[in-house]
Amino acid sequence: MSLAPAKKAFNVAQVRKEFPILWRMVNGHPLIYLDSGASAQKPQSVIDCIARYYREQHANVHRGVHQLSQQATQAYEDAREKIRQFINAAHAHEVLFTKGTTDGINLVAAAFGRKFLGAGDQIIISTMEHHSNIVPWQMICEQTGARLKIIPINKRGELLMDEYESMLNDRTKLIAVVHVSNSLGTINPVTEIIKLAHQRDIPVLLDGAQTVPHMRVDVQALDVDFFAFSGHKLFGPTGVGVLYGKQALLNDMPPYQGGGDMIERVTFEKTTYNTLPYKFEAGTPNIVGGIGLGAAVDFVSQYDEQEVIAHEQDILEYATKKLTDIDGVKIVGTSANKASVISFLLDGTHPFDVGTILDQLGIAVRTGHHCTQPLMDFYGIPGTARASFALYNNRADVDALVAGVQRAASMLL
Amino acid sequence: MALQQMFSINQIQDQIIEEFGIFDQWMEKYEYIIDLAKKMPLIDDQYKHDRYLVPGCQSRVWLHAEMAGDKVSLTADSDAIITKGIIALLIRVLSNQPAAQISQADLYFIDKIGLKEHLSPTRSNGLVNMVAKIKSTADTLKRCH
Repeated sequence: MSLAPAKKAFNVAQVRKEFPILWRMVNGHPLIYLDSGASAQKPQSVIDCIARYYREQHANVHRGVHQLSQQATQAYEDAREKIRQFINAAHAHEVLFTKGTTDGINLVAAAFGRKFLGAGDQIIISTMEHHSNIVPWQMICEQTGARLKIIPINKRGELLMDEYESMLNDRTKLIAVVHVSNSLGTINPVTEIIKLAHQRDIPVLLDGAQTVPHMRVDVQALDVDFFAFSGHKLFGPTGVGVLYGKQALLNDMPPYQGGGDMIERVTFEKTTYNTLPYKFEAGTPNIVGGIGLGAAVDFVSQYDEQEVIAHEQDILEYATKKLTDIDGVKIVGTSANKASVISFLLDGTHPFDVGTILDQLGIAVRTGHHCTQPLMDFYGIPGTARASFALYNNRADVDALVAGVQRAASMLL
Repeated sequence: MALQQMFSINQIQDQIIEEFGIFDQWMEKYEYIIDLAKKMPLIDDQYKHDRYLVPGCQSRVWLHAEMAGDKVSLTADSDAIITKGIIALLIRVLSNQPAAQISQADLYFIDKIGLKEHLSPTRSNGLVNMVAKIKSTADTLKRCH
C-alpha cells in the first residue's frame, strides 16, 4: 500500500469555493443550503469528473475488447478500490455498487432473507429507522413468516441498550439499525450493538447513509457484516451507492437480480453465477455514478477527518444554542452524541409553514416526517423542520437560519 | 356570502388578482394569506375526520362538499396555516358555484398572484389533491342531481 498523502488543512471558506451551487440566489437571497441530510451538494471536482467521463471515456464496462471499454472498466474498478480504502474493506470485491442505501438494504433483505430466514425467525431494527430500513424487512417477513422486533428509544432519541440486549435470542437472525439517525442526528453505539450481536453469532447491517458524510468508517475495525450508504449524500452523484458485505456472507447469499454481468454461464437448463462482486451487479451498472463517487471519496478524503468533525460539531453546538434561545423552539433529538443534524419545532406552528417562510428567504431546510413516520408517532408529532449541515456550512448559515425562524415566528404566531 | 353567489368563478378570480396587486413584497402577501387562514370559518368537527382527509404528504387537508340548492358548498381545513390560507382563497372561488362550472374551472388566479409553486405537484402540501378532489366531487354531485 502506498503511504497516505498529506491532508489538506480544512478551511470552510476555501471549501465553500469548491461548491458552485452555493453561489446562486434563491428567491432573491443567497442560497443557504441546510438540507445536506437529504442530499449533499457537489464539489467542482465531482462535476468535472462526470463531464470528463462522458466527454472522453464512456463505453460499457467489463465486456469490450476495445480501448475505450477497457479504460472505462479500469476507471470504474479504480473507483471501487478507492471506496474499499475509504471504508477499509478487506477486499474490493466486498464493495458492491448499488443504486443507493435503499437498494443495498433491499438486496440484503431479499438475498439474505431468502437464504437464512424462516417462519418464527426474528429481525431486529429500531424505532428511529428510515422507512428504507423498515419496509424491505416487512416485505421479507411477509414472504418468510419471520417477525420484526423493534428496539425502543428514550425521549432524547437514544436506543435503550438494555432492551436491545434482552431482545437477542436464538431466533434472532439479523440486526439492521441506523448508524446515524437522519431525523434526530443521534450517533448510535454501533460498536456495542455489533459486539452484543456477535456474541450470539448474529450478523449486523448498518444503514450508513448519514454516517459517511460526517465521519470515517472502518468496516473491519467495526467488524460490521453489512454497511450500506449512498453516493449523493457523500457529495457524489445520485443513483449510486455502496453495499459493503463480508465475503463469506455474500458468497453464501443467492443473487438478488438476474441479468447480464452476474452470470458465469447461461444455458436454458441451468445458469451458473459470476463471482463477487459481479454476482450482485446484474446489468450495465451506473458507470459514471461509480466513477463520480470515486471522485467524491477523493474529495472528502483530502481533509483531516478530525478537523472536519470539529468544524461540524462547532456548527451543531452553535446552532443548537442559538435555536434554543428562540422562544418556543424545541429541539427533537437531544442525545449527547449527535452528528450535525437538528430537527426542531416552533410551538404553535406547523413545520411546513416554517419551511415555506424559510424558503422565501432562500434557506433550504427539510420539513415533514423525514421518512421516519414511526419515529414521529413515538414523539406524537406530524413532523419537524430539519437543518442538516455539511462540511461547507458555516456560522453565517446558522445566523441566517436563526433570523429566518424568528421571522417565521413573528409572521405565523 | 349572498353577494358572492352572484359572481362567477372567473369574476372572483379576477377580484383576488386585483386585491393581490397591492402587495409588492412576498411578506405582505404571506401575512395576508395567514390572516385569511386565521379568519376562515371553522370546518364542522364531524368533517375533521380521516374520512375527509385529502391524501397529501406533509400538511393535512380536510374537505367536505355538499349540495346547497343547485350549488356546491365547500368547507375545508388544514393543520398548516399557509395551506389553510390558500384553501380560503380556493373556497372563495369555488364554493357556492354550480357543480358543472367547478369541474371545468381553470384556476389561473393562483399563478397570477405568484403562488403557483403551492399548487405544484412537487410541493406535497395536499393542495393539488384538494383541487382534484373538489373537481371530482363536483362531478359526482353533478351526476347525482
